[in-house]
Amino acid sequence: MEKLEILQDTAVPMPMEDIDTDQIIPARFLKAIDKEGFGDNLFYDWRYDKDDKPNADFILNSPIYSGSILVAGKNFGCGSSREHAAWALYGYGFRVVISSFFADIFKGNALNNGILPIQVSPEYLDQLFNAITSDPNTKISVNLPEQFVKILPDGNTQPFEIDEYKKMCLLNGYDDIDYLLSLQDKIVQFEQEREYIHKPLS
Amino acid sequence: MGKTLFDKIWDAHVVHQVNGAQDVLYIDRHFIHEVTSPQAFSGLKTRGIPLFRKDQTVATADHNVPTINQHLPISEPLSRKQVETLSENCEDFDVRLYGLGHQNQGIVHVIGPELGITQPGMTIVCGDSHTSTHGAFGTIAFGIGTSQVEQVFATQTLLVSKPKRMRITVNGQLQNGVLSKDIILYLLSKLSAGGGTGYFIEYAGEAIRSLSMEARMTICNMSIEMGARGGLIAPDQTTFDYIKGRKFAPEGEDWSRSLEYWKTLKSDEDANFDIEYSFEASDIEPMVTYGTNPGMGLKITEIIPEKIDTAKPESFAKSLKYMGLKPGQPMKGITIQNVFIGSCTNSRIEDLRIVAEYVKGKKVNESVRAMIVPGSQRVSKQAIEEGLNVILTEAGFEFREAGCSACLGMNEDKIPAGEYCISTSNRNFEGRQGPGARTILASPLTAAAAAISGKIVDAREN
Ligand code: SF4
Repeated sequence: MEKLEILQDTAVPMPMEDIDTDQIIPARFLKAIDKEGFGDNLFYDWRYDKDDKPNADFILNSPIYSGSILVAGKNFGCGSSREHAAWALYGYGFRVVISSFFADIFKGNALNNGILPIQVSPEYLDQLFNAITSDPNTKISVNLPEQFVKILPDGNTQPFEIDEYKKMCLLNGYDDIDYLLSLQDKIVQFEQEREYIHKPLS
Repeated sequence: MGKTLFDKIWDAHVVHQVNGAQDVLYIDRHFIHEVTSPQAFSGLKTRGIPLFRKDQTVATADHNVPTINQHLPISEPLSRKQVETLSENCEDFDVRLYGLGHQNQGIVHVIGPELGITQPGMTIVCGDSHTSTHGAFGTIAFGIGTSQVEQVFATQTLLVSKPKRMRITVNGQLQNGVLSKDIILYLLSKLSAGGGTGYFIEYAGEAIRSLSMEARMTICNMSIEMGARGGLIAPDQTTFDYIKGRKFAPEGEDWSRSLEYWKTLKSDEDANFDIEYSFEASDIEPMVTYGTNPGMGLKITEIIPEKIDTAKPESFAKSLKYMGLKPGQPMKGITIQNVFIGSCTNSRIEDLRIVAEYVKGKKVNESVRAMIVPGSQRVSKQAIEEGLNVILTEAGFEFREAGCSACLGMNEDKIPAGEYCISTSNRNFEGRQGPGARTILASPLTAAAAAISGKIVDAREN
């Protein structure tokens, strides 16, 4: 997994609420057996029309907005558990998603793939949208070690929360499996000592 | 102070605590399917490690399978490749697979319970958000991403933070013609599509207790549509009766020992929930959705609102535009072109019986395409034994083979752009049933009534 520490970049605003993972990556693109290439199909049905031509109204096709930070309306990533949504965002080039609210499974999937989901207050989210839309060249600073977001050059700052362990993983590019594998003896011990055992299938 | 059912099960599975915020949780059963497992198997191969507990892992092919001619090779090459990769991986890692053509094949959340693999007190995961279905048996069951599938493969544990606890009580008795699907759509309309985020829900109350296991599964299935991690219902005699005698159910002494444990699985009287809601069953009517998330639902007797508190005006307007609907419009009377009865929400034998009973001797409206897709080979076999397939096909339904089908636009069963589909599935997201498809979620009874009349009607009056 790729490390993430401090990022300063322009952002893409997507104020829609309840953007679900079926929009992020429609089901018909889930047929791959590896993690590559999903970025091309990110938001496919919003990005392209019926004839697969770019839809000029959609923000990712706008020549004005770009950057590795996505700023989205509340309840981002709801719906299906497909991790392909995180692979698609990452493949497209997003490293940070900022919203006032994230769906649980998406949040976990993002963190497991080197994408930082940052939850900010609804008011701060509105400020971000205003700043970006009034000047698309506005840079946003994301500081993971110190846990804050800032609208540059001298706009508002807001701190954000992140689980200590997840922060450590992201800063170092570690994933959970390395950690869990180191606990294997404990897991075996747990299996032997637990009170009620659901027998393995035989 | 007492403990909630959720806490009892969770605490019994904590292997280790990490800095107070995350728990290493032991997983009793791991279901896998073709779409979210290949990259996890590749991960094991890259690391050169085995699957830690293969006898707690069960695989099936469901999302990407055709629902006709399943005896023939899958014609679409990418789908075929994905299903074949599942078989190869299961062979390489010696995992029990109920693949295409197997008598136990079906939608993963239908086969787990019907084979008796799902049992009270377990922790169950699957790379699929509707894993919450299994909560109907008093289990902690939730959907996970592919990285987590790999974690469970490698260690039979997951690193997770403990959700908060919510209890939803539904008092009293349901009116005639109101099904469990209506309960959950009603709860969603009250609490919204994000209202359960961060919580694990316990459903309680007389209206829930009096439901069959099939009906309870429908409710727990859609917990995720509220954003909740999952939902569960305390096991009782209905649960035990359902499990007894199934393929993987405990037997003999094991059964008595299990039963003794299962009977302890309920929230203590003085248990504390982080939040509680209570509703009256008598207030619930047949429900339909009008928007593009499952929280946008209303009673079939109501009209589409001007706005809702849980969405910004732009989001609300975009949603209605996609659906081709307007504020103030009644849902009753809308002409529909498609009916889909199936999915892990409503494809069990009880659902098929409800539809068959309603359509018996009637004909599907000639402008409607109606599909009914059993959740599993076993459901299909049972339906044939009961003669339901004959009733359904005589009425004009396509009676198809088991799979996820038109629940998600991944296999061949799709709804054409711009057309309405009354669907018993769980998601009405834009494009969920195919690009441009307009999904209206409803109960099997409401869907059956729409198939016959060609428009949305109140099954209680027709
Ligand atoms: S039936 Fe639909 S919701 Fe259920 S597992 Fe299949 S695709 Fe997912």
